Amino acid sequence: MKALLVGEYREGKLLGSTYETLAFAQKIGAAAVLFAVGSEGDLPRFDGKLYLADAGRYGEYNPPAHKALLLEVIAKEKPDLVVLSHSSYGWDLAPRLAVALNAAQVSEVVDVRDGAFVVPACNAKLRRQVRPKSAVTVVTLQAGAFGLTGEPAGTPAVERIEAQAEGNVEFVGYEPAEKGEVDLSRAEVIVSAGRGIGKPENVEIIASLARALGGELGASRPVVDAGWVDHSRQVGTTGQTVAPKLYVACGISGAIQHLAGMKKSGFVVAINKDKDAPIGEVADVLVVADVLQLAPALVEKIKAL
Amino acid sequence: MKILVCIKQVPDMESRFKVNAAGSWYDTSDLAWRLNEYDEYAVEQAVQVKEQLGGAPEITVLCVGPERVKEAIKKALAMGGDKGVHVQDEASFEKDPFEIASVIAEYARSEHFDLILTGMQSQDRGSAQVGVLLAEMLGIPAVTTIVGFTLENGAVTAKRELEGGLKAVVKARLPALFTCQLGLNTPRYPTLPNIMKAKKKELAALAVADLLKVQPLAVTAKMTLPEKKAGGVVLEGEIGELADKLIGILKEKTAVFK
Ligand SMILES: Cc1cc2nc3c(=O)[nH]c(=O)nc-3n(C[C@H](O)[C@H](O)[C@H](O)COP(=O)(O)OP(=O)(O)OC[C@H]3O[C@@H](n4cnc5c(N)ncnc54)[C@H](O)[C@@H]3O)c2cc1C
Repeated sequence: MKALLVGEYREGKLLGSTYETLAFAQKIGAAAVLFAVGSEGDLPRFDGKLYLADAGRYGEYNPPAHKALLLEVIAKEKPDLVVLSHSSYGWDLAPRLAVALNAAQVSEVVDVRDGAFVVPACNAKLRRQVRPKSAVTVVTLQAGAFGLTGEPAGTPAVERIEAQAEGNVEFVGYEPAEKGEVDLSRAEVIVSAGRGIGKPENVEIIASLARALGGELGASRPVVDAGWVDHSRQVGTTGQTVAPKLYVACGISGAIQHLAGMKKSGFVVAINKDKDAPIGEVADVLVVADVLQLAPALVEKIKAL
Repeated sequence: MKILVCIKQVPDMESRFKVNAAGSWYDTSDLAWRLNEYDEYAVEQAVQVKEQLGGAPEITVLCVGPERVKEAIKKALAMGGDKGVHVQDEASFEKDPFEIASVIAEYARSEHFDLILTGMQSQDRGSAQVGVLLAEMLGIPAVTTIVGFTLENGAVTAKRELEGGLKAVVKARLPALFTCQLGLNTPRYPTLPNIMKAKKKELAALAVADLLKVQPLAVTAKMTLPEKKAGGVVLEGEIGELADKLIGILKEKTAVFK
């Protein structure tokens, strides 16, 4: 089994997720070669061959060009698997490769079992085992599902790669993350409001629980997208990564993109009326209740302490 | 200008899911069905483009699936779509993204759409593939995970959402396809008059067999419930009692009351 691992760079820096593709290859016992459009100045620690295309020439986001480069490498290496992260880069590029290679693409792999790829379904309430039927398979890996046990080591043997690559999407530039009202990464207690709170008027109920516990208000993405809470309070992959001693998730289902931002929390309490909500998987305590009733009751009792 | 919006109908994610008898998918009985959340952003974006261009573009809403998906198509029509295309397929859940995209491409190839909008992923399968596959099959640019969209002089400047709050600004000339992410816009609620109007809009039915020209590249071998993590405490009961118990646990396990 041979795997071609696709590394990722952002603004000239190698992303740590590149090492998750390496851990995956180790786990399934595949021989690995790496590919990345990146820079000589920040090479992955890796004991093997790295096909490196110059980001200065091909751009960090230029899917048709990156596809063309990868197809060159694939023609040379003839891998059984092409492995990317399930990230804004990976899920954009993977299906393009799949079409060019007439290959199966399997998204957001969390495990491999009996030769089938395990992926979540229905907001992680179910798991699906997918069996590819093509000669080559393109997979993307769920962030955090595969971690290296030790520090990666080694210096890659760099082979430069070039391709005729015309892009049909023009990259204009990056727009940095907005600076907002709080820095949640320092908070010791965070009480987050999810879509389950129902309406903007109810944000105050969750905020008062946060105050009673001496913490900050956080939020899941739909609450932020709807404009009920400032973006700087969003917890998750596209928001803040937090590590409070106590995290209270109120009316939050526990989608992977939310969990990714709060899984380093010390003690996790989830208040959800759905006993099966995936947040239960990471919660130390799951309180099955209507948060709009429980939160005010908690505030009152805490004040009386 | 012609716009295509590809939509999917999905179960309410707050449902209690069971695996079907064959062990190959979720049991579809007793589920409440909705328009896929990400597709609502796609429909809304199409309607906003139509408004921007003074009502000229024609919006076609397409869905592959069983009889019930007509409800999702009707919702999209009530939001402002002009005509629906229902690709009838009682077994759409068994098809892989490659087959679904091929079916849509087969339909779209002769229609010459200028703009195609899809959700970035479905809420049930979450593969995030159909949009990109479709664009590649049609040979047009694809831009994924957009949270910003501005159409000017036949080109779209879109904001792609990356990780950690960073965005990439990119530009593509039409015809092109965009996959829509949460927060792109605020989808409108269909008003009663628009729901009534939608009933009269054209809803064409096509047989999937006429459009399916490929074999699957992947199959669902098995569907299972996740293994439950051991250790977490589950509290159920009356509100006052729950509050007392939770405060007791917080006192014991955390330092918040010290
Ligand atoms: C690329 C990408 C990036 C993303 N980035 C992020 C991110 O950074 N952060 C993030 O949060 N999400 C992110 N998301 C969205 C994520 O997938 C989910 O859609 C989102 O986290 C869901 O938010 P939620 O749990 O508040 O809402 P829902 O999933 O709608 O869950 C609401 C929950 O509330 C419960 N509930 C309802 N009413 C009550 C009540 N009265 N009392 C108690 N419980 C109740 C329900 O049972 C349900 O579990 C991202 C998605 C994508 C595709």
